[in-house]
Amino acid sequence: MSVRVYVPRDSAALSVGAEGVARAIASEASSRGLDITLVRNGSRGMFWLEPLVEVETAEGRIAYGPVSREAVAGLFEAGFLEGKAHALSLGPTEEIPYLKQQERLTFARCGIVDPLSLSEYVAHSGYRGLRQALTLEPQAIVDAVKTSGLRGRGGAGFPTGIKWNTVLQTEADQKYICCNADEGDSGTYADRMIMEGDPFVLIEGMTIAAIAVKATQGYIYCRSEYPHAFRTMQRAIATAYENGYLGANVAGSGKRFDLEVRLGAGAYICGEETSMLESLEGRRGQIRPKPPLPALEGLFGKPTVVNNLISLATVPIILDKGADYYRDFGMGRSRGTLTIQLAGNIKHGGLVETAFGMTLHDAIYNFGAGTATGRPLRAVQVGGPLGAYFPASFLDTPLDYEAFAARKGMLGHGGIVVFDDTVDLAKQARFAMEFCAIESCGKCTPCRVGSTRGVEVIDRIIANQNRTQNLRLLDDLCELMLDGSLCALGGLIPLPVMSAIRHFPEDFDKPGPTSPALLNPEVLTADREKNPWR
Amino acid sequence: MSNMQAWDADRAQARIRELEHLPGALLPILHALQEEFGYIDPVATPMIASALNLSHAEVHGVISFYHDFRHSAPGKHLLRICRAESCQSMGCDALIQHVEKRLGVKLGETTPDQSLTVEQVFCLGNCALSPAVMLDGQPYGRVSPNVADFLIDSARRAQ
Repeated sequence: MSVRVYVPRDSAALSVGAEGVARAIASEASSRGLDITLVRNGSRGMFWLEPLVEVETAEGRIAYGPVSREAVAGLFEAGFLEGKAHALSLGPTEEIPYLKQQERLTFARCGIVDPLSLSEYVAHSGYRGLRQALTLEPQAIVDAVKTSGLRGRGGAGFPTGIKWNTVLQTEADQKYICCNADEGDSGTYADRMIMEGDPFVLIEGMTIAAIAVKATQGYIYCRSEYPHAFRTMQRAIATAYENGYLGANVAGSGKRFDLEVRLGAGAYICGEETSMLESLEGRRGQIRPKPPLPALEGLFGKPTVVNNLISLATVPIILDKGADYYRDFGMGRSRGTLTIQLAGNIKHGGLVETAFGMTLHDAIYNFGAGTATGRPLRAVQVGGPLGAYFPASFLDTPLDYEAFAARKGMLGHGGIVVFDDTVDLAKQARFAMEFCAIESCGKCTPCRVGSTRGVEVIDRIIANQNRTQNLRLLDDLCELMLDGSLCALGGLIPLPVMSAIRHFPEDFDKPGPTSPALLNPEVLTADREKNPWR
Repeated sequence: MSNMQAWDADRAQARIRELEHLPGALLPILHALQEEFGYIDPVATPMIASALNLSHAEVHGVISFYHDFRHSAPGKHLLRICRAESCQSMGCDALIQHVEKRLGVKLGETTPDQSLTVEQVFCLGNCALSPAVMLDGQPYGRVSPNVADFLIDSARRAQ
């Protein structure tokens, strides 16, 4: 009998050599005359173990990792096809504590199935949510999503069911479902993992959304930095069409839903929903003032559901297992599970899906095993480039929308970027403003001009020029950007800047790089000679 | 990158025709042209404008808005280095300095022999394996200066 061997096709796994490992396993098996079936699954999300190779045995799947091309022959020698011991053996995959301690709902199939096999998807409870939805009236589907307590996983945390309800209640000849897969926040990769590891769950979630609000056309806006995810999504959509899960007669229901994946073009701002709609319409990704809400006048002026990818990919399990099942996970007003993404200077970086409420400390130390460099942790940025920098003393913060807001932070899309003690927070604050200047859409003045002025002011602070006045000026500028910007980019970039100053004042109070020069005439002269224009 | 065609107005027109019927066709058309030729030749602007019934300014405005679109041919290979926070925490600034020094070009520039363009990118979604780069569409994680040298050398050798 053919032995099933799993080597991920997830692009993070590919980035550390999964393709070479897969080829080596195939050629080693063929030269030994062994019959194997190589399955290219998604990633389990334990990236320090990638390439993580799994073998299906009578005792379940046995994991080996991180496997290099060079280690493949040795694995065959040791009898890994029977799940035998080897230095790289990790035992049964499901028993690895990192996975065992998680509550995987949205990511239930990711890393387990062949992402492009519709039959495997269906065999692993796929399309059960849609079947359930097709027995319900649209209002009942919307009510189930409302009851589940699902909130937008893109960062704003707006209740998904309420958004859907608005679209359902709005009469129109055409409505749209748009999936925001422009996952631009540094430290996040959950959307990418779903697109590469379980694309049908997103297709199913969007189909349920379409039936719930009576939309017939959907778009997935995938960022161009994710070419693998884009291609996987395209292939999965084609398969869904071939098998009657998309098109004029979705799963034999007589209802139509068409779906297309579109590529962004490297603009961070297109993760903002109205910019994304502009971009989908073929324009510059400049934000639209709200109101009107996209739910009333969205894509091409029609009522549109715009949801984050993780929100949509969570819908099938809510319909399948029931709203109460989902709502029973979590804390306070943050219901269900959160997909935490451990990133940056972290030893065991990866995806952790668990109920809301775990503390930052437990995420970083129990799962992440501390910094990759082994140096002390000094700062953590949660929620992407618009998220606050927290000091080590804030590690007791529970991962919950309200708890983060209370500490002037933001949970965002659940990305946690860890920095060790070599980080310079003045430099990070400067980068935040620089990033905003590069990525600002230019629509509103506080963001467009404020970000450039912000870089200049921070440069003066770092250079120790009128530091006290410039810190006051920066504070004032941040307040203006926060109050006066049209969207979250200019409106939230003060978060990382001000948190860096508040929690790490010592980094803004160092002797400036210009001061030694001023004190040392020789350096000053040397500098002058280098620059003939002075 | 290495399979780019030289600019060809007829081919460009054919690609525009294939896609012009799509709702919001401009980005798909621009991507198709850039995929074909490696950049969007300025002479394509009036062609696209006329196909989509837009002004030249509107088309130009879209091309110039997005970081991805280029108006001149890049090098034979394209190295994109992530500069976002996660990669910063693992030393991408030092990596960038190393690459710039070695190639004698800055981010956004092409080596004089036209073999390699180096660009910055903000997040490749490989943040658990920082610092991350992408070479000709292939992702690489935990990229040390040595690994970067190896990648650059093999790409330039392969031409």
